[in-house]
Amino acid sequence: MRERFTRCGAPAQAGAHLLLKRSGAAVRLITYGPEMGPCLRRGTWVFGLAVLLSGLCLPATAQDRLPPAPYAYQQLKDPAEEAKAKALMEELRCLVCQGQSIADSDAPLAGDMRHEVRSKIAAGESPAAIKTWLVARYGNWVSYDPPFDGATALLWFGPLLFLAVGGWLAFGRFRRGESEEGSEG
Amino acid sequence: MKNRWVLFVPLAIMGLLFGAFIYRLTVPAETLIRSQWIDKPMPLFDLPPATAGVEGLKSSQLADGRPRLVNVFASWCIPCRAEAPQLEALKAAGVPIDGIAIRDRPDDVAAFLNEVGNPFDRIGSDMQSSVQIALGSSGVPETFLIDGKGIIREQIQGVILADQVPGIVAKLEAMK
Repeated sequence: MRERFTRCGAPAQAGAHLLLKRSGAAVRLITYGPEMGPCLRRGTWVFGLAVLLSGLCLPATAQDRLPPAPYAYQQLKDPAEEAKAKALMEELRCLVCQGQSIADSDAPLAGDMRHEVRSKIAAGESPAAIKTWLVARYGNWVSYDPPFDGATALLWFGPLLFLAVGGWLAFGRFRRGESEEGSEG
Repeated sequence: MKNRWVLFVPLAIMGLLFGAFIYRLTVPAETLIRSQWIDKPMPLFDLPPATAGVEGLKSSQLADGRPRLVNVFASWCIPCRAEAPQLEALKAAGVPIDGIAIRDRPDDVAAFLNEVGNPFDRIGSDMQSSVQIALGSSGVPETFLIDGKGIIREQIQGVILADQVPGIVAKLEAMK
């Protein structure tokens, strides 16, 4: 295995600690929230959990020292525009803390993305155009509402498929039950 | 009953599911998000200098006929320090490198360059990550290979390792 460093996403939690794990040739930078500090000393299984969490949140290494972008935490003056921006931000996925929308995440990159969205809305762009702009850069991954295509077809048709298989199994079973009753009786 | 083995199918499915879960628990998923903005022109930008004594970076400067690297970095990013020797090696091999500093302060950039060296021809300051977002970049460090016409040809996510240096030089050479 080749030596590999992870990148800095922006940190997910203020005051995150840095932990350097060296196992074999692999080097990973892992962050964990301050509340996990004492737990880590308790046992290795918690360490496993930290490794797991590091998979959920891109590892970060340090806090940048800039204040958030103007529109990261400030609403637009026009309530109608803010409502449009808010709806779009809830649909966009944070690149750093990947289980959250950019509306929910405090990661600096999410703040910068909110600034980007609000600035574009204020400049008169439509939410659909902004989404298209972001999808062109990050792929459908960045949206919580991906379009119907080859990759998502199984999600849409999966339940119908399972229902059909279940129906087919149940039908076969009922029929066999009837024919067995018939032969016995 | 004839097909007795059919009774074991649910157990086998459970076993497969369990195996999949245990595999994912021991080998966490790769969570890199690759930029889709590849084989596309550099987005338009005009970034101010990241610190005193360096030149800022304009997208129009990236189409001067010479293939180059654009390195997205930050002084607060520890892996970026680990990448510095490789960038120096690329510079020594004649590769032009421009930098984009993400969410950085001029003093911090100056201290960073002082500490790890400055392989950059120009360094633009991207205070609100807007160019980073326009590039489809999701973290630091990231490096983009740009051809002589200013078209982005490849994205490298994470630290450039020493064994990747010759390959990058060859790729840029091939773009000439």
